[in-house]
Amino acid sequence: MRSTQDYYADVQLLRGRGAWIKLAILLVVLIVLPLVLPGYRIFTVNYMAIFVIVGLGMNILVGDTGQVSLGHAGFLAIGAYTTVLMMTELSAPFPLALLVGGVVTAGFGFLLGLPALRLQGPYLAIVTLGFGIAVTQIIGHSAFFGGHMGLVVPDATLGPIPLSGDISQYYVIVGTTLVLALCARNLSVTRVGRAFRAIRDSEIAAATMGVDVAYYKTLSFALSAAFAGIAGGLLALMTGFISPGVFTFLLSLMFLAMVVFGGLGSIPGAVLGSIVMGYLNLEMDAFEELPLLGPALESFSARFMSTAGLPNVGWVVTGLLIVFTILLEPRGLHGVWIRVGAFIGGRRRDTDAPVGASAGSGAGSGAGPGGPGADSSDPPAGAS
Amino acid sequence: MLPQVIAGGLSAGSIYALVALALVITYKTTGVPNFAQGEMAMVSAFVAYVLMTDFQTGFFVAFTVALVFAFILGVGFEAVILRRVRNPSHLNLLVVTLGFQLALFGLAGWKWGAEQRQFPFPVSPNEALRIGDVSISTLGVATISISVVLMVGVFAFFRFTKLGVAMQATQQDSMAARINGVPTRRVVGLTFGMSSVIGAVAALLMAPLITLDTTLMWDPLLKGFAAAVLGGLNAPVGAVLGGYLLGLIENLFGAYVSVEVKSAVAFLIIILVLCFRPSGLFARHHKRKV
Repeated sequence: MRSTQDYYADVQLLRGRGAWIKLAILLVVLIVLPLVLPGYRIFTVNYMAIFVIVGLGMNILVGDTGQVSLGHAGFLAIGAYTTVLMMTELSAPFPLALLVGGVVTAGFGFLLGLPALRLQGPYLAIVTLGFGIAVTQIIGHSAFFGGHMGLVVPDATLGPIPLSGDISQYYVIVGTTLVLALCARNLSVTRVGRAFRAIRDSEIAAATMGVDVAYYKTLSFALSAAFAGIAGGLLALMTGFISPGVFTFLLSLMFLAMVVFGGLGSIPGAVLGSIVMGYLNLEMDAFEELPLLGPALESFSARFMSTAGLPNVGWVVTGLLIVFTILLEPRGLHGVWIRVGAFIGGRRRDTDAPVGASAGSGAGSGAGPGGPGADSSDPPAGAS
Repeated sequence: MLPQVIAGGLSAGSIYALVALALVITYKTTGVPNFAQGEMAMVSAFVAYVLMTDFQTGFFVAFTVALVFAFILGVGFEAVILRRVRNPSHLNLLVVTLGFQLALFGLAGWKWGAEQRQFPFPVSPNEALRIGDVSISTLGVATISISVVLMVGVFAFFRFTKLGVAMQATQQDSMAARINGVPTRRVVGLTFGMSSVIGAVAALLMAPLITLDTTLMWDPLLKGFAAAVLGGLNAPVGAVLGGYLLGLIENLFGAYVSVEVKSAVAFLIIILVLCFRPSGLFARHHKRKV
């Protein structure tokens, strides 16, 4: 976090005119995008946007608060099923159903946060893992939830507009994503986000400074779950059909992977990581259709592996991405960004500086936020 | 009815106990549960399968090669990946094991597909052996006896051999062990190899019971975690007892309450145990310090 002298400058949603201009450009691009993209690509973008929502939620929990969750697919399922059941059983309009889905999921997140108060790292991982699997098992065995056969999502409308086409869904999904991203950003720079990071860095120190650890930990779980719940409702809207088979343990792993890959604690990182992983997850079934790489992969599979198992390449890529992220750059894409920034900044200073002062400027860039020796628990600079 | 259920519980519990033991051994050395454990075991089982079906080797050769492979995989995972984590915080190590798990799962799926295969095994799950009123499959008997022998062997190894003691010393305090001349890096590598072999034995016993596919070890791994948490992640003996206990509870629940939610019981147990005895039933509680 860039440290400013003025507290009020620090907690602003967006700092300076540059940030507002960037936001405006982003808005224009997002509004125009569906008009230029071919239809099936809009579907891809919608899918990635849903992943981004989950990623933002995961970032609150894992990146900011330092808790681990291997059960977010369970939250996604709860959100999706609540939304659909609200629409079918109570014939609620879609926006209301989505909202209720988010709130109910937040409630479950709060409940899961309770054992988390007493548990540390590995134990918490196992509990959340068990939670995610238990949710899908209960859904799969219960007739009310449609069992393993799943539920068909009824046609949704937003006021008078039917949300049936990819484009109308695009505006709903991406609009929600943008709003939630701004919420996440606001949360992260203000009091709550600071409390989360204080807990991540040292729970005991945070408690000593007057942070209510129990309150903020459960709040973090609830917020993170709410993001996933809303993503689940949007996923239901988009796919038109939900079944417990969608919300597997592997999906939960993917969710953790995307924030790790993007860079823990960084919102742009979480967004980028989610986009990459969302794309991978969606395109998994169609690797052979990739240009150039596709045929090569196919012939390799036919000779050494098996063509039937080709979709599994996606898991290999995801797994290796995770492993190499942790091995090479634990701060993920965000860390790479900082390094590139430091490298370019260092170079520019080197060329600007008169000969003889280069040694000093080199040391200066080394001490910057991107210096290779910088501790990864540093609060992220790029979130600003 | 009851003795029958208990027999079934013991044979399921043996597998859970093996997986739990494998998990606990490495957990104690790194402080991180190895999520890749299950997939490492699954791939080892596939190695045995390929040797037996494609190369027509005997059981003995195939199983030996599979266990050697498991050992190399375990040592290799530690040496090539785990040791090289730059910032070995718990979260990072945990995530690395998850990543390795995904990569192995994907590789196995890529090579062998989602097809379910019959795993050839010397004893069959369908032949029943009658002891009094209880009938138990010969595979069940083999599972129980092999796992008991293996676990007794592992505990004797920890207790009576120099390497076993060195492993325990490294688990307790790696720094102190190194000062006292234990080659801790090598010992940690060997611990991972050993853990992987124990997991592979569980997989080889599991594969003939159900069919062999890439999700073979998902359920046993989760149950193994549950068992380890139940008994205490820091207590190998406790984890083994937890495995048998979990097998029994699960089968009793399935027989008398409901078969459908049988596998959700494990997670209920985890949550209850963690709420009331966070260190497990058989482990001492460690206080946190600043």
